[in-house]
Amino acid sequence: MKLITAIVKPYRLDEVKTALQELGVHGLTVTEASGYGRQRGHTEVYRGAEYQVDLVPKVRIEVVVGDADSDAVIDAIVKAAQTGKIGDGKVWALPVETVVRVRTGERGPDAL
Amino acid sequence: MPLAAAHAAQINAGDTAWLLAATALVLLMTPGLALFYGGMVRTKSVLNMLMMSFVSIALVTVVWLACGYSLAFGDDIGGGLIGGLKHAGMAGLGPDSVQGTVPTLLFATFQLTFAIITAALISGAIADRVKFGAWLVFVPVWALLVYVPVTHWVWGPGGWIAHRLGALDFAGGLPVEITSGASGLALCLVLGPRLGFKKDAMRPHNLPMVMLGAGLLWFGWFGFNAGSALGANGLAAAAFLNTLAAGCTGLLGWLFVEQKRDGHPTTLGAASGAVAGLVAITPSCGSVSLLGALVVGLAAGVVCSYAVSWKFKLNYDDSLDVVGVHLVGGIIGTLLIGVFAEKAMTGSTEGLLYGGGLAQLGKQLVAVVVVAAYAFLVTYGIGKLLDKAMGFRASEEQEHKGLDLTVHAETAYDHGVLGHGAPVSSSVLSPTQKVKNHA
Repeated sequence: MKLITAIVKPYRLDEVKTALQELGVHGLTVTEASGYGRQRGHTEVYRGAEYQVDLVPKVRIEVVVGDADSDAVIDAIVKAAQTGKIGDGKVWALPVETVVRVRTGERGPDAL
Repeated sequence: MPLAAAHAAQINAGDTAWLLAATALVLLMTPGLALFYGGMVRTKSVLNMLMMSFVSIALVTVVWLACGYSLAFGDDIGGGLIGGLKHAGMAGLGPDSVQGTVPTLLFATFQLTFAIITAALISGAIADRVKFGAWLVFVPVWALLVYVPVTHWVWGPGGWIAHRLGALDFAGGLPVEITSGASGLALCLVLGPRLGFKKDAMRPHNLPMVMLGAGLLWFGWFGFNAGSALGANGLAAAAFLNTLAAGCTGLLGWLFVEQKRDGHPTTLGAASGAVAGLVAITPSCGSVSLLGALVVGLAAGVVCSYAVSWKFKLNYDDSLDVVGVHLVGGIIGTLLIGVFAEKAMTGSTEGLLYGGGLAQLGKQLVAVVVVAAYAFLVTYGIGKLLDKAMGFRASEEQEHKGLDLTVHAETAYDHGVLGHGAPVSSSVLSPTQKVKNHA
């Protein structure tokens, strides 16, 4: 199994969700995140005082899938989140040792 | 604010009706100010900011009724400096007492609402770092030692600024704007800057709240300025129109500077510019022509938009720009009376532009300098004494964590996750045994 983590622009969340649903991915977790990569932040001005805002708002999407589905899911996320402009984000995958469904106690791929 | 002769003791229904409404309008300015200031501070201390204004309403009201009114508007007891204690506890005043053409109790209440907002204004200079208990002591002491005497000088019977010097102040450039600004400067020097001043981003946490507050202030300002005519008459109408006009040119002036200087017109700039224009027209709304009002507002909008950045160069943390807006705007408005005063408005006095020469401008300047110096020095003294006696500044830990949680045991906002309205904190926040059951 793989944990796929994607950091994307907040307004692409709906597209990513739809793309994953079409792939048959049954669940995901979304958190608000902030950070920066090459995009860096922006400046804001209040009563003439300028502030550099380094961290840009993003959403972090996490989904655990079977090894065989990993590439397809990553491709779907990238395709849905891509705008071609700087700040589109990152997607990465990590191996997952075990998963347990809390309600039933099922373990491994059955819990996905 | 013209005090009618005491012998014309006849209540006029129209005048009284207008002043009743105007008094309620001015009182609303203080909650408006609370929102205006509250939106400008960070999330962690917004409730404390609101509280400093709200408790001012209660504290100043008590001290005003106890003796403040009498000291400010009682018969002069010498030199035009202060009134007597004849009306302490509102003694001798009842429903039949008349001041000009309105009930004295109404006049006293109208004046009270001015004292309230002036004390509340100072809180903006010392946001996020005040020991709440010290503020509760400061407000009544300050009201008695600074607001009351200056008000007597300007509007009290026999007050020296109005009756000996002959400077004009229709609605409070001196007692309200200049005293609050100079006192704010003194207190922010006593307290020192917020932790992280000039280093951390201290951007306003809620600009819509600032805009709402500015709107309420503007609305209430019609009571403040047009109410200061103390009657439902042509002078009130002129002051009303001047108030609208100056707020508008102040707003435009500030936005113009921002567009040129920073590249963007901002909502905070619009709100600040309108307030700067309103501050400046406060002393002058009853003495300048409409043309004068447009210029007064514009001058304040432009100058104040630069004045708010002096604190970064001179290193004083006037957190929400009480100095840059109220002191500077108040000085501009009070001085420009000497330029734009018109006989049709004042009855006799004329400014430089209308052939009155430099005489009135000189009187205005003296009043400005004396009031600013008095307010600054006395407030600095009160601040230092209080700091010695009980500590005026919140602890470093309180300031880091925010005064809302550490002083009031509250937080302003339940932060949701992605707009679901279900804050993570609610799962760890359950009623304790201490919660009283009101059922």
